[in-house]
Amino acid sequence: MAVKDYLRERFFPHLWCPGCGHGEVLGGMIRAIERLGLKKNDIVMVSGIGCSSRIVGYVDFHTLHTIHGRALAFATGVKLARPELTLIVPMGDGDALAIGGNHFIHAARRNIDITAIVMNNRIYGMTGGQFSPLSGINVSATTAPFKTIDKSFDIVELARAAGATFVARSTTYHAQHLSEVIEKAIRHKGFSVVEVLTQCPTYFGRKNRIGDAPEMVKWLKDHTTPVGSKAKQENPELIERGIFVDIEAPEYCEEYSKLVERARGGSR
Amino acid sequence: MAKPKLKRHLINRDWCKGCGICVELCPKHVLELDEQDKVSVVRPQDCICCRLCELRCPDFAIEVETEE
Amino acid sequence: MGKTVKFVQGNEACVEGALYAGLNFYAGYPITPSTEIAELLSLKLPPRGGKFIQMEDEIASLCAIIGASLTGCKVMTATSGPGFSLMQEALGYAVMAEIPCVIVDVQRGGPSTGIPTHVSQGDLNQARWGTHGDHAIITLTASNHQDVFAMTVEAFNLSETYRTPVILLFDEVVAHMREKLILPEPGELHTVERLKTSVKEGVDYHPYLPREDGRLPMSDFGGVHRYNVTGLVHDMWGFPSTEPRVVHGLLRHLVDKIENRAHELARFKEFHLEDADIVLISYGSSARSALHIVEERRRRGERLGLLELQTLWPFPGDVVRTRCARARAVVVVEMNMGQMVPWVKLAVERPDRVFLANRIDGVFITPADIHNILRIIQGRGV
Repeated sequence: MAVKDYLRERFFPHLWCPGCGHGEVLGGMIRAIERLGLKKNDIVMVSGIGCSSRIVGYVDFHTLHTIHGRALAFATGVKLARPELTLIVPMGDGDALAIGGNHFIHAARRNIDITAIVMNNRIYGMTGGQFSPLSGINVSATTAPFKTIDKSFDIVELARAAGATFVARSTTYHAQHLSEVIEKAIRHKGFSVVEVLTQCPTYFGRKNRIGDAPEMVKWLKDHTTPVGSKAKQENPELIERGIFVDIEAPEYCEEYSKLVERARGGSR
Repeated sequence: MAKPKLKRHLINRDWCKGCGICVELCPKHVLELDEQDKVSVVRPQDCICCRLCELRCPDFAIEVETEE
Repeated sequence: MGKTVKFVQGNEACVEGALYAGLNFYAGYPITPSTEIAELLSLKLPPRGGKFIQMEDEIASLCAIIGASLTGCKVMTATSGPGFSLMQEALGYAVMAEIPCVIVDVQRGGPSTGIPTHVSQGDLNQARWGTHGDHAIITLTASNHQDVFAMTVEAFNLSETYRTPVILLFDEVVAHMREKLILPEPGELHTVERLKTSVKEGVDYHPYLPREDGRLPMSDFGGVHRYNVTGLVHDMWGFPSTEPRVVHGLLRHLVDKIENRAHELARFKEFHLEDADIVLISYGSSARSALHIVEERRRRGERLGLLELQTLWPFPGDVVRTRCARARAVVVVEMNMGQMVPWVKLAVERPDRVFLANRIDGVFITPADIHNILRIIQGRGV
């Protein structure tokens, strides 16, 4: 099927600003799903609140647009109730790791077969450009007129430590790579995290004078490097991209069906 | 694998928001924004069908069609 | 073969009622005094192939059961005051997206941490107005284990019939005391199954277009109809809309589908009301003490009566009005600072004759606590 067959075309053009990276993450996701050959009736896409979370309105799957920060908790309910469904949970950086942080680490801890896509543009876009826990220090935003003093954390390391069994990072510059890691994340059985470094030209780009959308995408090329590359040694400032964790571990719903067997077998 | 030959670029002017990502990042500078800030193909002969414009477009507004 | 009789806690009566109603997905978080519900379900659900999960907090618990309900499960969570406060945003989501689910709030001493192991009925108005914005809610309660069982079944039935969350507002006394429970036979109590759409695959299914009877047939996530569910104001297909006509229509629908049926939803019990000149109105465990003093005074020829409310919201104002029409005094008996009194005053002809017999110190209200008020009403002083 063509990409457009997965979209709810009647709602296009979509609501994201010109040059916003969310549309490209949507494209990467759709192309991954197309290559995987998944059936539309088998996919449930669950999002929270924010620019990024409006993504579910544009895809022709079972879509659940929930409340800020709680997408993974809703998705856990859907997945445990019907483990055969494919759960994909696109979220914003604040959505997933500010208000949603508690549900993020626990979904990872459980290693439940859900694919979490963190669309990290380091800003709260929907509410007009406030900094987020992923903005990092020395950044300007509508709530940081004197520059931020809030350190950000490394989503990949956080996900790894919490127990996610597939963790990757890509960017909206590396469009093919982005779609491929999303494909691997969906195929992976267990909690998968894909952090996508993406651009918000309207607020983050403007407030921090990084330039227009193409400039911001180029910035992502110049400031990232493949995992374990020599360049990282020479320039620790570079952000690594690629696959950081890809291990097999007991998946929550499968362990639950074993628990049911134990319960039925009478052995505790 | 034979080099893909460009048939044409399918452009959806209603969906294109003139963000310029495809124009700036096309390795062969095939594209430009017209006076209505919509993408237009100005040097089709240079197109190598890498599809980066299609993959990077946030609005699904450009598609590369190749000869089979 | 005779009926199965158990000697259980109220929490277990709730669990038995939920399983009888078809519960197959529970998500919860430990909190006194409702934890036994989670413990029992962690034991009883798996052998039946049901799903039990302990989430990271109460917010996640309610969110998880909403997700599961959308796949066709009959779902429940249980908590107490502090957890119920955390659940309010998700409760509003279930109201807006019209998702059947049952939320048990076993009330304890409040506010805040309060007295976790003692009783109160202080969450009455939170059950009605805990979440923000105009909305309607169904809230049931019970004063004994047979009724806890029946009202739990009723909660599932009403949540399916009206496609809405239903709150079971129990309290620590009923929840923790042990009492006889006669287990109804399968089929003995009416149960309502999930109304599924008959729209065929490929045909346009409207998740939010009520039928003439007002019911909204559902389609399970994973089924043949793909639609959107959101907390935003939405159109009949479930997609966001801010069109005034759509907003007005949706809010009217969400409120009217419940408030217009307040009469049908009213569950209550009557004791000696036919000729009562003093009517006690009570609910939950307080109703046990109220009934005790009514029975005791009846034996001495005093014309007392008790109206025990099992439906708290929508408030059964008509029932209160008619049952108190001849009463020269009405006494609300509850363990809070009189949260039901204003609603009773609104319903009766003589609001100035409405009195409160209450207790707020965490100790279960006794007939003696009601005795003093009666003496004042009867002009005998304390």
